[in-house]
Amino acid sequence: MTKLLKMKTNSVDSRFEAIRFIVAIGVALLVALILIFMVSKEPFQALQYLFLGPISKFRKIGNIIETAIPLTYLGLSVSIMFAANQFNMGSSGALFLGGTTAAIIGLVLPLPFGIHPLVAILAAGVMGGLWTSIPAFLKLKFGASELVSSLMLNFVAFNICIFIIMNYFRDLNAGTLASTKFFETVLLSNLVPGTRISYGLIILVIMVILSWLFMSKTKWGYALRMTGLNVNFAKFSGISTAAVILYSQFLGGFLAGMGGASEMLSLYDRFKWQMMPSYAFDGVIVSVLGKQKPQYVPIAALLLAYIRVGADTMSINGDVSFEMISIIQGFIIILIAANAFLKKYRQKMVVKEATEND
Amino acid sequence: MEEIIRMENILKVYPNGIVANRNVNFSIVKGEIHALVGENGAGKSTLMKILFGIEQVTEGKIFLNNQEVVFNNPQEAIKHGIGMVHQHFMLVPSLTIAENIVLGDEPKSGIMMDINKAIKDTKEIAERYHFDIDPKMKVEDCSVGTKQKIEILKALFHGAQVLILDEPTAVLTPQETEELFKELQLLKEKGHTIVFISHKLNEVKEISNRITIMRAAKDVGTYQTEKVSKEDISNLMVGKEVLWDLNKSKAQPKETTVKVRNISLINEHQRELLSDVSFSIRKGEILGVVGVEGNGQRELVDVLTGLNEISLGKIEIENVDIKGFSIRKIRDLGLSHIPEDRMKLGIAERASIEDNLLSIYYDKKDFLKGPFLKAKQINEWSKAKVKEYLVKTGSEKTPVKMLSGGNIQKVVVAREFSNSPKVIIADQPTRGIDVGAAQFIHKKLIQLRDEGAAVLLVSADLTEVMDLSDSLIVFYNGKITAYFEDASKLNEHELGLYMLGIKHQSDEEVRRCMYD
Amino acid sequence: MISAISLNSVFTPEFIFTVIRVTTPILFGAMAAVICNKAGVINIALEGVMLTAALFGVFGSGYSQNLWVGALVGILGGVLISFLLAYFALYLKTDIILAGIALNLSTVGGTIFLMFALTGDKGATNSVQSLQFPRIDIPFIKDIPFIGAAFSGHSLITYLAILTVFLVFFLLYKTPFGLRIRAVGENPDAARSVGIDVSRVQLIALLISGVIASFGGMYMSMAYMNLFTNNMVAGRGYIAMAAAAMGQANPVGTTIAAFLFGTMEAFGYQLQSQGIPSQFINSIPYISVIIGLVLYSMYRQRLLKKKKELKLKGKGV
Repeated sequence: MTKLLKMKTNSVDSRFEAIRFIVAIGVALLVALILIFMVSKEPFQALQYLFLGPISKFRKIGNIIETAIPLTYLGLSVSIMFAANQFNMGSSGALFLGGTTAAIIGLVLPLPFGIHPLVAILAAGVMGGLWTSIPAFLKLKFGASELVSSLMLNFVAFNICIFIIMNYFRDLNAGTLASTKFFETVLLSNLVPGTRISYGLIILVIMVILSWLFMSKTKWGYALRMTGLNVNFAKFSGISTAAVILYSQFLGGFLAGMGGASEMLSLYDRFKWQMMPSYAFDGVIVSVLGKQKPQYVPIAALLLAYIRVGADTMSINGDVSFEMISIIQGFIIILIAANAFLKKYRQKMVVKEATEND
Repeated sequence: MEEIIRMENILKVYPNGIVANRNVNFSIVKGEIHALVGENGAGKSTLMKILFGIEQVTEGKIFLNNQEVVFNNPQEAIKHGIGMVHQHFMLVPSLTIAENIVLGDEPKSGIMMDINKAIKDTKEIAERYHFDIDPKMKVEDCSVGTKQKIEILKALFHGAQVLILDEPTAVLTPQETEELFKELQLLKEKGHTIVFISHKLNEVKEISNRITIMRAAKDVGTYQTEKVSKEDISNLMVGKEVLWDLNKSKAQPKETTVKVRNISLINEHQRELLSDVSFSIRKGEILGVVGVEGNGQRELVDVLTGLNEISLGKIEIENVDIKGFSIRKIRDLGLSHIPEDRMKLGIAERASIEDNLLSIYYDKKDFLKGPFLKAKQINEWSKAKVKEYLVKTGSEKTPVKMLSGGNIQKVVVAREFSNSPKVIIADQPTRGIDVGAAQFIHKKLIQLRDEGAAVLLVSADLTEVMDLSDSLIVFYNGKITAYFEDASKLNEHELGLYMLGIKHQSDEEVRRCMYD
Repeated sequence: MISAISLNSVFTPEFIFTVIRVTTPILFGAMAAVICNKAGVINIALEGVMLTAALFGVFGSGYSQNLWVGALVGILGGVLISFLLAYFALYLKTDIILAGIALNLSTVGGTIFLMFALTGDKGATNSVQSLQFPRIDIPFIKDIPFIGAAFSGHSLITYLAILTVFLVFFLLYKTPFGLRIRAVGENPDAARSVGIDVSRVQLIALLISGVIASFGGMYMSMAYMNLFTNNMVAGRGYIAMAAAAMGQANPVGTTIAAFLFGTMEAFGYQLQSQGIPSQFINSIPYISVIIGLVLYSMYRQRLLKKKKELKLKGKGV
């Protein structure tokens, strides 16, 4: 009886997880609904913008993909670090640093067309990776929590970048803080006319595939996953968990840095960031939605991008502000990760399965 | 003398199927010191956990002063005057003794805690029972012996008439043990009743009025302490089941491959967990390590496998001194390890069977093409392993936590045995698993031995270790106290005497296990 | 730069005044963290608590034109966030760090959302006439040379912060509930064994910390400034956490750590007048946290090493 129960719980588990996932998103959207009704003078119209806005125009659909691009980079970044059980929150700082690096390469280093953006993106990745390796190093050498140090470093990264742009690359004729224009050769040219989707999309697709290959098919990815699942087991088996801690966080920063570069070179002709971009902190939710697997991250990113574009449409055309999405995102994260959420229901499912075949 | 507690026909079956108590009858008389004795896993701790409300019976009744009672949690047992002092102290280190004792029932004065009353009450009860303690001292600054006194005082403070002490002397020095016994006598004179769980027969003989012996989840009788000798107790405690016919061929041991010389391990409390231990393991032989748990076997395994470092001495594996070696380096010498805590060390439970099999092979040349794992080859290999080791599963991609205990262990064993290990450290390899899996693992160990591996078998299961080992060493108090070259010639009662420290060999005899 | 940090400029009453002033929010947050740490729960959401309280306080005092109503509303906002953390982490078993991060992320946008919904403002609560906590000139003290300039004239809420240190100390070390908090945090099994409901104690600890941290948030919007601006807490919640970690969750040690961070920030303002770029000044608090964290971790490692050596000494090695 016990053995039978165990085999049944396997299939129940995966079905239960799927149901819980959907319910979590449903609850979050319900919260959105309630908020909209409380706040808006024309709630039904707001809802229409939220849910149908993204597919109302071709340009909007383009927005979804554009928005999903940095989200995917960030999702990959956080997924790799979280998969190794490293709570490094430095993706936003790495993104900003990467964008700045790409901008500097675009301002300072003239290179032929085609190579220029690639070099910029590569450099951005390296800088981002080095930056997020600092918390890893501090953890290995001193045992300091990577959570706190990475959060602090985000603020520091922002300040360093603004300082550099302001003091060395500023365009004094521009009204707000902005750099001078980049060399044209560094820009990622448009891929889909009618949208702002650039060739950066192709690079992203390659990175998604590479990330997936890395995590599932290489020995480093294997060591990383085992360390994340049970660090004692990994140590016991002779896996160098210290190396894993280091390279998982480097790779996370590398991807985030690439994301920043991709944005910088696709959307702008000069450095224009005055604050952290609003999506910079969305790596966590994309990673949670995608269950930390690189192959699901693009889907999660698209899902989130859809909601974002919807919220954006709603805020432009209606009276509900875009920031409502923060509340929804928070609920999604917290519900999906709630292990005891719907626990009683799971018990019922298990018992039902077991008794059905008796 | 009147009976105060009676436990009738206790049956306790755990959810995983293990029967911890079967048909146990236990009776305590008011004002006595009653020893509850048995090997590890005999069921004595479980029985007392039931009495104290930590566990509930599957079947059976408990009577307190002839009234039937049911304790659903420790609070109910405490209300009825039963107190328990656990092996692992339930104390808060940074709080004072007085604070620990009144925790949960703190005296108040307005919104503040009346710390003076707490100190006064603690002093009072300490004096009443002649415990010499300073209520204002912080628990973290107290010796182990004092900590135990605090636990006893705590129980008394909450009104315990019956005190259950679970292996109280396991962590005490001889002087502290003497003090404890004086206190127990005093408690008895004051009318308290004491149940004393132990496997230390000297102490049991010294302090108790009656003894109940448990073995293999059953009670084997209650006796007047003065009427039984230590040998009698040992014979009743130490029993051996008849194992399946292993058909074990005789060992052909060759050269030594593991040399342990004069190793000692000292913990932060200055206790010597391993004390000047020396022995060798030969190729083609299974060396069994026998002893009641907690006598140094755990620490021995840890220092041999790289999980801990010795304080003194030298360990050589395959003629290489392993001082400072990482786990990886030790494994590269050809060592495989079946860990005692399979869930914590042996597997990653959410990973697939295949991933769990791979953990010591993932960077070996055979499985790699550049940095890429040869997925197809690995998959075929893991399928073959699943088949070879009879792991009952639908697929090799199933997460291991879905498997039964025996099958999980088979995954661990499949991994550890598959790289032609030169040295195998098997720590409780068949604990908590079904007979079929256990049998399989035993056969595999013998097979590997015949192929030339050196096996160290550490097990608290006497049946297993006596039937499987070729030679045996006995661990007692961190030292090797006996060596038997031929395990098959041993009688378990004889072995029990050594395990329980009643007998020990001379240094000459013990030194033979070094094969110098 | 050396001239800027000359002893002359440091040991002025103005400098000490600044230190006390900037440490205020960190101190509140750190005390909140102390209670949580002692109870064995990691409250990452302090940032979100403070931010929410900052906004709610502004609304409460603005709409009622009563400072104390405003404070109450602010506390309610902060406690709401703490309660959500407690509910999701203790009862629905979300990983408490992830839950804290999720709440922090939500409140950044959530406060803007609320602000826009209620007032139409997006960057700051310009249209709300929030009240401020009054400044107090302590009679008699204010006339003492040097000491008066340094310690008198602070906002009421700053004096409240100092009082909070004593209150937290009192709670933890003089009340029965404080005893339970410490027991639950150090050895939950021991607490359970005497019948204490561990989750309930942790829930209450989180709620109390919510109240305390709320004042830290309200300091930002109702004392330091008199309005709410986006993300105005700017990482002080995390800095407060780090102070509590460095102070080993001991109220005295934590207070010292908090003042250390405040001093670093005050140094920064000194340097500003010397033409040091503002971005560097802004980074000082965060860098000092990292340095503090590293030093603290080094100290702990050395402690562990000493323990190991001690055990070998016993054998005359």
